Amino acid sequence: MLGYIYAILFYAATAILVIGLASKIWIYARTPAPLKIPTTPAPKTRSGVVLRMFREVVFFESLYKSNKWIWLFGWMFHMGMWLVLIRHLRYFTQPVWGWVELAQPFGIYAAFAMLIGLGGLWARRVLVERIKYITNPSDHLMLALLMGIVLSGMMMRFVTRTDIVSVKVYMLGLMRFDVGYMPADPVLMLHLFLVATLMIVFPVSKLLHAPGVFFSPSRNQVDNPREKRHIAPWAAKLES
Amino acid sequence: MAPKDSDDIPRMHHPLEIPKLKCGAMEDSAPYPASPAHQASVGFPEELLPDWKERALAKMKDLAEKNRAFKVYLDACVKCGACTDKCHYFLGTGDPKNMPVARQDLLRSVYRRYFTFAGKYFPKLVGARDLTEEVLDEWYSYYHQCSQCRRCSVFCPYGIDTAEISMAAREIMDVVGKGQKYCNEIIGKVHVVGNNLGLQEKALRATLEDLEEEIEEDTGVSVRLPLDEKGADILLITPSADFFAEPHIEGLIGYAKVFHEAGVSWTISSHASEAANFGLFIGSYENMRKVSLRIRKAAQDLGVKRIIFGECGHAWRVAYSFLNTLAGPWDFLDPKYPVPQHILEFTWDQIQRGNLKLDKSQNDHIRLTYHDSCNVARASGMGDQPGGQFEIPRNVIRAVCNHFYDMDRDTIRESTFCCGGGGGLLTDELMDLRTKGAAPRMTALQQVTEEHGVTHMAAICAICKTQFSKVMPKFGYDMESIVSVHQLVSNAIVLTGQGGAEDEDGEEDAA
Ligand code: HEM
Ligand code: SF4
Ligand code: SF4
Repeated sequence: MLGYIYAILFYAATAILVIGLASKIWIYARTPAPLKIPTTPAPKTRSGVVLRMFREVVFFESLYKSNKWIWLFGWMFHMGMWLVLIRHLRYFTQPVWGWVELAQPFGIYAAFAMLIGLGGLWARRVLVERIKYITNPSDHLMLALLMGIVLSGMMMRFVTRTDIVSVKVYMLGLMRFDVGYMPADPVLMLHLFLVATLMIVFPVSKLLHAPGVFFSPSRNQVDNPREKRHIAPWAAKLES
Repeated sequence: MAPKDSDDIPRMHHPLEIPKLKCGAMEDSAPYPASPAHQASVGFPEELLPDWKERALAKMKDLAEKNRAFKVYLDACVKCGACTDKCHYFLGTGDPKNMPVARQDLLRSVYRRYFTFAGKYFPKLVGARDLTEEVLDEWYSYYHQCSQCRRCSVFCPYGIDTAEISMAAREIMDVVGKGQKYCNEIIGKVHVVGNNLGLQEKALRATLEDLEEEIEEDTGVSVRLPLDEKGADILLITPSADFFAEPHIEGLIGYAKVFHEAGVSWTISSHASEAANFGLFIGSYENMRKVSLRIRKAAQDLGVKRIIFGECGHAWRVAYSFLNTLAGPWDFLDPKYPVPQHILEFTWDQIQRGNLKLDKSQNDHIRLTYHDSCNVARASGMGDQPGGQFEIPRNVIRAVCNHFYDMDRDTIRESTFCCGGGGGLLTDELMDLRTKGAAPRMTALQQVTEEHGVTHMAAICAICKTQFSKVMPKFGYDMESIVSVHQLVSNAIVLTGQGGAEDEDGEEDAA
């Protein structure tokens, strides 16, 4: 029974995440940027732009220049998150990929990095007057959701002893549309429920910053307006 | 709140000092509204329409479909707060709605309410709100407290540019009949006469002739400032302030001397006698395009080979970044030169070739710093290297001036602070805002005055020059402390056939 409830939840959440995100990306990609507006100095070549984007996405370069505290907490949280996500791949692959195995030992520290990062970001929302001013309830909820995922995950790792082997069998089953037995462990149920919630809200929340950053004209445009004429389709129509 | 006093000049210990929040401190600041005639002259409804709300929402939808920046920026902000202390208007006023993200939220809250799932069904949770007349008034106030300088965009992890949101907000207000007088009146004049001042061809010709006489008196050399000369190689497009205001005129004299020494033929056009393009400030592609097409027509009618722009910040943004889009392709011009070029690119090239004889000591009475104008620094380029917009002006300055000192690194180059008067705010009724917004820049200037005895600041933007000549006196400097870069070039240049420059120096200052 429990297996079926969670199966429905995960199929629905996955569908919403994939379709929702794909449609947002499609909208961003389709919407034209009528003018050249890179924040200069900007790279003069496509490969330069790829490098700029890489530095933004991997190192949060602009944020680093902007505010060292937000950078520190934000970067810890995100990098921790990627490591944890990689570590989670072992529940969905059989046999586990070699490079995923390699990341295993770091995964444990990554959870602490996420915890500290999220804690720091949350503290700023409460303690720093300016950031408190711009914070909406949804911003707290998002942090609470992530914090809940991290804490319930850490509970299973460090406190209770969840039957990870059965969980893996269940997950591998779901991937073949074969619903099996899911252990009725309350912490596991909470963890998975929160993860599904995160997947569902992703396409309708500020988590859209993840695809959004790649479509930001101030960061992804090449600075070559004099060399190459840039014109949006709707603007070209004004010319005829 | 403390009573408002238009003379309360913020005292900052450091240009980056973050103020305590003063909620509502600037809520009464608003520019004069456009009259029905001004609105009509730029193709907008004459007054607030009865169905303004539906039209505003329709425009918002239209912008989200036509402009990726608008759409992505409204969706992507995570409220991290990195931009909150980056705006000079926030630093100068302490009003939290002048924090870039809070300024965006004035519009984002409405966008969310009508166009996003979360805002439609859970408005309280995500801070979404209905569009009401109070909201519209709040937009009018705070979107006219943004000089569209892009400083926030530099520091946002996603490059979210509040300038884009303010331009969009102003466009939405324009199409429902709530325009701003200063910008719309000026754009109307350009459409009819060809420049912001409404200066007619005859008056322009007389002004240029006066300048020719003045140069000849000063130097003994006849230097021309040609108008509407067919067949000239270069069309100079310069802000109309260069024709009449100080210190702008000194810059124009500088360009004329450089062209003279370079031995090129050039002309100003009476049809396109304006570099400024306020269509940018109101976010109107159509108006910006219409103004730019005057330049295309002038270039074709005069049969020039190249186009060069004079010293102006937002004009250079429109020229460098948008002119090709708005009025190109420029295939009828000489392909050897970028279209358009900046006068500093031209002058620096002449200096490197050794075509100019320069006597730096003519600027020895000046201890100089340089203000990077925001639109040049963060929205355009110069030369063929990224960052040329910082190096080329400094190279020229160093070639003509012995005493040059940069301000605090966090207040120059891509991190430069706006003068406080950009983005269509250079109007008297906003003097209080302009003064407060200038405070971070003025504080950085005071630092170099203390450390290096700096006396003057150079700029390459007509708006910066006008703004500084008004606000610098409030911070303990003379009006004349703001100079054009080409004014320094003009001081230093020794024209072929010009004798005894030293003796004339004193007279020049007295004149
Ligand atoms: C391309 C991938 C991504 C990039 C470049 C990126 C970058 C950033 C940056 C620079 C910030 C601002 C600093 C901070 O507050 O941490 C941020 C905030 C945030 N990110 Fe991401 N992120 C990415 C993916 C994700 C994903 C997949 C999630 C969620 C599962 C996520 C969740 C968050 C949250 C919740 C915040 C706001 C933190 C707060 O409330 O203060 N990010 N992100
Ligand atoms: S820095 Fe960018 S993402 Fe962060 S609050 Fe400001 S606009 Fe939003
Ligand atoms: S563009 Fe400039 S004036 Fe406008 S909010 Fe950003 S920093 Fe402030």
